[in-house]
Amino acid sequence: MSGGHSTYSPKTGLGRWFDARLPIPRLVYDSFVAYPVPRNLNYAYTFGGILMLMLVVQIVSGIVLAMHYAATTDTAFDSVEKIMRDVNSGWLIRYLHANGASMFFIAVYVHIFRGLYYGSYKAPREIIWILGCIIYLLMMATAFMGYVLPWGQMSFWGATVITGFFTAIPLVGEWIQQLLLGGFAVDNPTLNRFFSLHYLLPFMILGVVVLHIWAFHITGQTNPTGIEVKHKTDTVPFTPYATIKDGFAMVVFLIVFAYFVFYIPNYMGHADNYIPADPLKTPSHIVPEWYFLPFYAILRAITFNIGPIDSKLGGVLAMFGAIAVLFVVPWLDTSKVRSAVYRPWYKLFFWLFVINAIFLGWLGSRPAEGWYVPAMQVSTAFYFGFFLIVMPLLGLIETPRRLPNSITEAVLEKNKGAAAVHPAGAQASPETKG
Amino acid sequence: MSANESTEHNRRDFLYIATGMAGVVGAGAAVWPFIDQMRPDASTLALATIDVDVSSIEAGMSVTAKWRGKPVFIRNRTADEIEAAQAVQLADLKDPVARNDNLSSDTEATDVARSAGEGKENWIVMIGSCTHLGCVPLGQAGDFGGWFCPCHGSHYDTAGRIRTGPAPENLHIPHFEFISDTVIRIG
Repeated sequence: MSGGHSTYSPKTGLGRWFDARLPIPRLVYDSFVAYPVPRNLNYAYTFGGILMLMLVVQIVSGIVLAMHYAATTDTAFDSVEKIMRDVNSGWLIRYLHANGASMFFIAVYVHIFRGLYYGSYKAPREIIWILGCIIYLLMMATAFMGYVLPWGQMSFWGATVITGFFTAIPLVGEWIQQLLLGGFAVDNPTLNRFFSLHYLLPFMILGVVVLHIWAFHITGQTNPTGIEVKHKTDTVPFTPYATIKDGFAMVVFLIVFAYFVFYIPNYMGHADNYIPADPLKTPSHIVPEWYFLPFYAILRAITFNIGPIDSKLGGVLAMFGAIAVLFVVPWLDTSKVRSAVYRPWYKLFFWLFVINAIFLGWLGSRPAEGWYVPAMQVSTAFYFGFFLIVMPLLGLIETPRRLPNSITEAVLEKNKGAAAVHPAGAQASPETKG
Repeated sequence: MSANESTEHNRRDFLYIATGMAGVVGAGAAVWPFIDQMRPDASTLALATIDVDVSSIEAGMSVTAKWRGKPVFIRNRTADEIEAAQAVQLADLKDPVARNDNLSSDTEATDVARSAGEGKENWIVMIGSCTHLGCVPLGQAGDFGGWFCPCHGSHYDTAGRIRTGPAPENLHIPHFEFISDTVIRIG
């Protein structure tokens, strides 16, 4: 548990004066210096910190881009080219922002998969998980609107397709669509409001992230064994252990980020978006950005009517359903065991799910023809099957492996040799050895 | 034992300081583009060049052109105005430097140095921005028959030189040339 009283004691007069009036240094100390963190966290647990870094990168680069961007249909495309060519370091900031969005999603998918694998969503952490799903939704909305802003062909037609979803809603669909568009088709009003909302949403994300961090500081973090913290030896202080581990992970992540930005900055984008938007000409293959592809595949998988629900509405429902199902995961999984480390069958299905998700993403990039369509349907069925069948069922029929009694025991079992010499080694100063 | 500890101490300190410095340099390099992008971009800096046709500007007439976002006064001065400017002693001038981008920066503010040069003393081309705080002065006004800035009361003479008032310098003369007898190219 993370509970317990604060151990912060200000050393300077100024420190004491401030602490009595607005204890922010105390809050920072309690949350990020003395805060006890399970000692067995691996690098899969560093992606939360990486996500915070990427949010800051996106906000800073975005605010700076907004100083030069012009959000009207006749000036938007040219203003982005002006940023690329005329603005000092504009090309760098634009590529940071565009590739930063992709890196943000790479990190969020690793973070989500970590949660699914280690059972981070299970009681008492349901709210952390739901807040995370909300952040994910906000990220998708932000990324979608951001992609419209350069006003290229993909920007325009992607916006047309996504806002077209709403016409699938019976009765009020078209009314809602026109409300969102500010007109009858994607045009200047749409672009203007997307710019406004694209600027706004990241700060809403920031707010939900604060709640997310607050929530897991109340319950404490999970760890690879899935067993809660019981003794002091189960944890280490956040600084320097998690600070340095997170810092190192961020550096490696930034190297990958830099590789894209400096060597292949347009790799994850689409060439058609360098063509100015033309409302009279649709590109031959409209594809969203790669991080939406799995959901795009699910959308296009529903090619048949189900009773009164036609395939268009069915596709939209399936796509939103694929995101909605994430929200109820804490209640779908019936297993008493938290971590997949001790659940051999769940581990197998988890990795099948990951492979399927990647396959679904690849299918999303293919045209909806030939064998791709039945493949999308099977893949979609597996996606929902994992959440709606495998998760509830496995908890009831699976025999988990023997759980260790505590985190300390699990760590000691793993490092039999070195740990036997220093059973209390976790708290010893790291620079003295042997 | 204590010697051992103190050398270990120093190595660690060195590592901390070295890493810290590398971090500072890296952070500086990362922050710089975000500050740099606010400086004027290439399209703003691109020396905008404009051509002004002055064939219809007779003696005693002025025209104002817009160049780099600022007004440029182009005046065909009368003989009286030229005489009045030539009669002024350099010692009476608040700012004795010509402020003419077509001449070297230490040229004195004689009337010919303020005009468009030998043979074209009747032409004067100046940036119409008061050197005090940037208001646009009114033409053929003020105590010296030149320009008068209503914002804070700076008086310029018929050669655009500051005589009284808070402005510190003569009205600046941009880079320009007569590319023909009737067309001036500014910038």
